[in-house]
Amino acid sequence: MFRRLPDPGAEEITVSIDGTPVTVRTGDSVAAVLLAAGRIQCRTTPVSGAARGSYCLMGVCFECLVEIDGVGNRQACMIRVAPGMAIATQNGRREAGR
Amino acid sequence: MNAPSSIKPHYQLAVIGGGPAGLAAASTADRLGVDTVLLDEQWAPGGQIYRAITETPVRDQAVLGADYWRGADLVAGFRASKAQYVPGATVWSVSHGNEIGVSVAGVAQLFCADRVILATGAMERPFPIPGWTLPGVMTAGAAQILLKSCGMVAAGRVVLAGTGPLLWLIAAQYARAGAPVAALLDTTPRENWRAALTQLPAFLTSAYLRAGVALRREVGRRVPVIRDVRSLRVLGEDRAQAVAYQSGHAAERCIEADIVLLHQGVVPNLNLANAIGCRQVWQDTLLCFVPEVDAWGASNVEGVAIAGDGAGIGGAGIAAEHGRLAALDAAWRLGCIDAARRDAEAAACRQAVQRFAKGRDFLDRLHRPRQEHRVPTGDTLVCRCEEVTAQQILDTVGLGCQGPNQMKSFLRCGMGPCQGRLCGLTVTELIARARGVTPAQVGYYRLRPPIKPITLAELASLPKTEAAVNAVVRI
Amino acid sequence: MTASGTTTHDAAVVGGGLVGSAIAWGLARLGQRVAVLDEGDIAWRASRGNFALVWLQSKGLGMPPYAGWTKRSSDLWSGFAAELREETGVDAAFQRPGGFQLALSERELEARANTLRRLHNQPDMVPYSYEILDHAGVARMLPEIGPEVAGGSYCPLDGHCNSLRLLRALHIAMEQRGAHYLPEHHVEQIDHTADGFRLRHKNGALHAQRVVLAAGIGNARLAPMVGLRAPVRPQRGQIVVTERIRPFLGYPVSTVRQTDDGTVMLGDSLEEAGHDDTVGTGVTSVIADRAARMFPLLRRLNVVRSWAALRVMTPDGFPIYDQSDLYPGAFIITCHSGVTLAASHALALAPHLAAGALPDEFSAFSARRFDVPATA
Repeated sequence: MFRRLPDPGAEEITVSIDGTPVTVRTGDSVAAVLLAAGRIQCRTTPVSGAARGSYCLMGVCFECLVEIDGVGNRQACMIRVAPGMAIATQNGRREAGR
Repeated sequence: MNAPSSIKPHYQLAVIGGGPAGLAAASTADRLGVDTVLLDEQWAPGGQIYRAITETPVRDQAVLGADYWRGADLVAGFRASKAQYVPGATVWSVSHGNEIGVSVAGVAQLFCADRVILATGAMERPFPIPGWTLPGVMTAGAAQILLKSCGMVAAGRVVLAGTGPLLWLIAAQYARAGAPVAALLDTTPRENWRAALTQLPAFLTSAYLRAGVALRREVGRRVPVIRDVRSLRVLGEDRAQAVAYQSGHAAERCIEADIVLLHQGVVPNLNLANAIGCRQVWQDTLLCFVPEVDAWGASNVEGVAIAGDGAGIGGAGIAAEHGRLAALDAAWRLGCIDAARRDAEAAACRQAVQRFAKGRDFLDRLHRPRQEHRVPTGDTLVCRCEEVTAQQILDTVGLGCQGPNQMKSFLRCGMGPCQGRLCGLTVTELIARARGVTPAQVGYYRLRPPIKPITLAELASLPKTEAAVNAVVRI
Repeated sequence: MTASGTTTHDAAVVGGGLVGSAIAWGLARLGQRVAVLDEGDIAWRASRGNFALVWLQSKGLGMPPYAGWTKRSSDLWSGFAAELREETGVDAAFQRPGGFQLALSERELEARANTLRRLHNQPDMVPYSYEILDHAGVARMLPEIGPEVAGGSYCPLDGHCNSLRLLRALHIAMEQRGAHYLPEHHVEQIDHTADGFRLRHKNGALHAQRVVLAAGIGNARLAPMVGLRAPVRPQRGQIVVTERIRPFLGYPVSTVRQTDDGTVMLGDSLEEAGHDDTVGTGVTSVIADRAARMFPLLRRLNVVRSWAALRVMTPDGFPIYDQSDLYPGAFIITCHSGVTLAASHALALAPHLAAGALPDEFSAFSARRFDVPATA
């Protein structure tokens, strides 16, 4: 439910979201890329399993927690996409060692 | 093992935050001969209000508006200075003697500065209504960040709700970008107009008047606006699907929504100041805590000054001037300039502050958020991280719990990753109401470093004194 | 909620932390009319700094009765938790799978083995089993340990709980049984009266037949008012906590434990820092480093919080349980293991307080042991 305004000349790269390849704009945050791909929900909470998604996009709410390149609990709004990045929604608690 | 960092072991001045206050402070300090570094959590300067100003894909200046683009000069001035800029730098601690703990690209390090200026700005006031945690509910500020940084707009049925100039700004920006907004639910209480009336003369002669009226007219032409909205709640299963509300004395109505953007003002981002030990006081006009600082921004902690919205909400213009004032004071205390020069340059700043301050009282009173949207009841979540409800907090007050720090112990409320940023003010007001005392008497969470998460490996990698080792390894 | 003026309580407990509330519930459980006088939201509160261990293996070197008292509490804990859960619906999540203290070098391991050997060789030491394990022995039970772990001590009677829920359960339980919890009731003065004690606070005074001082660091000031001594000093401890992760650690380690919420708590430290509960990067860094070497999989976890609290420390580190000869009915309770001893405090100590006198078995814990002998 988010769309991009026309941006000619935008440089594009490929990342994956839950295994699915997606073309995104360099310089975007992972949170923006998830929203652009229609992923309003990015995780379920470790306390009750409730669905959550990005809220503030400025690093203070800690709702946009996802797994990036195998490491969990990363704030998607604070990290920019990189070529080949593997983004995965996070369900419940993070795994130790991941 | 660790990548070499560009941060030196010592500076005369460390400025924390890359918004208007930080940029102005660092530029000014450098101009006065102070060895300065600016640590910015974001990856490009501008803070939140001028977010992405150096790289926004929204190049048509008419969309974001003149107030935004005014920030370009401030950034240019900073870049022309010799102050060092470190982007992607998360400061997680400032301890005794101004030893600063910072993390860049996953590597933590400590360095020292003779003086520190905190310019960590503001964040959105929590908006604890039923359904506020559903995916698809975001802040108006989040929508602005998406627009500025990525040229992205919410699509589908977009509903804006709340009170404050920012709400009208984003509505106007969306309209200019060709992104329809289904409704703007204005929760400004009708009574606020009466309370703001005494401040009207000052507002009428301020710069905010023209801008404010123009925005409202622009938005009013393109977006359905519903006024005196109360009892706001978001409905939906696993995502936002509708918004219910009451307007005036009419019966409850419900409108479909895919994205709900909430806003009821901004409040100082105080966690770092709090963890450092800076005293804070309750400001009833703005319903938030602000740090106690003098006319130069100096806090009660030696060497630590606070400037910008992080010292009290005043907007970008005032923030920049307070940044300059804090830098002037730092330069004087460091012996780079004499008191006469400090006071001479400060005079212009103080005049500018007065100009910018004109009319703000009116806006503050007008946009004072409704109590029911600040102090929830029943099952509405207060602490999003630990999923603690308003009723649980009230029940615990009934057990004798006096304040937010005890509340933490009883319910884990405030113990989650956001460290109380999204629940602190709500908890304080809830407890105050339940106990029949003022928020000032209740107080706020007491914070400690790290004020942003760092990994265990990062913490483990920091230098250790023999005394520290002996405190832990006791054979 | 206030109960000052002419109402007389059977007992006034000064201090609403883990020690005070365990005793208060224990007394209320016996039908006593109890008032608990506590301070406000910002107070020293050693209870906030606990590690939630219900721990036996290190206790009592220099005072065998302390080991016995600790074991008794450990054995009572399961029933204690069950009763609280029954009464309040709040589960203190007590588990006693056994616990470890891990060594990161041969020197540490040897020192640990020597300490435990000396501990168990003491005359009148309560017998219980423990093992010194090498790396392989530890790894069989804790497969996640890192290569630097030289070994450790294991005691099958060690355990842990959720101490926040314990405190909440005690508060709910004591109120349900009619105890009056009075926050913002800092006790300024205690006077002896004809039928007991008058405790003066800023809003008035409260009368009680008996008074139990459980005010932690505050006991030092209050004790002389009732003819007792409490030579306690603050000793800082710091704790680091990570975000929630999936269960990975089935046993508590003295310095690393995973809570039932999933967070991982890391400790511990001892500093003579006076009345200073600020957190220092140096100590937390050492704590983090040792934890990461014990369990390398923790390295990438985020630290979400750290805090420091002040332990209530006596000159020899052992508790003080004392009754006043000058003013019978006045008692003092101080320790730095409020979680471990909560069961005993509630179930074994409270009955004596209710009866009005501590039996001989507690004489070892009297503060008289600190008196310098009259002749050298």
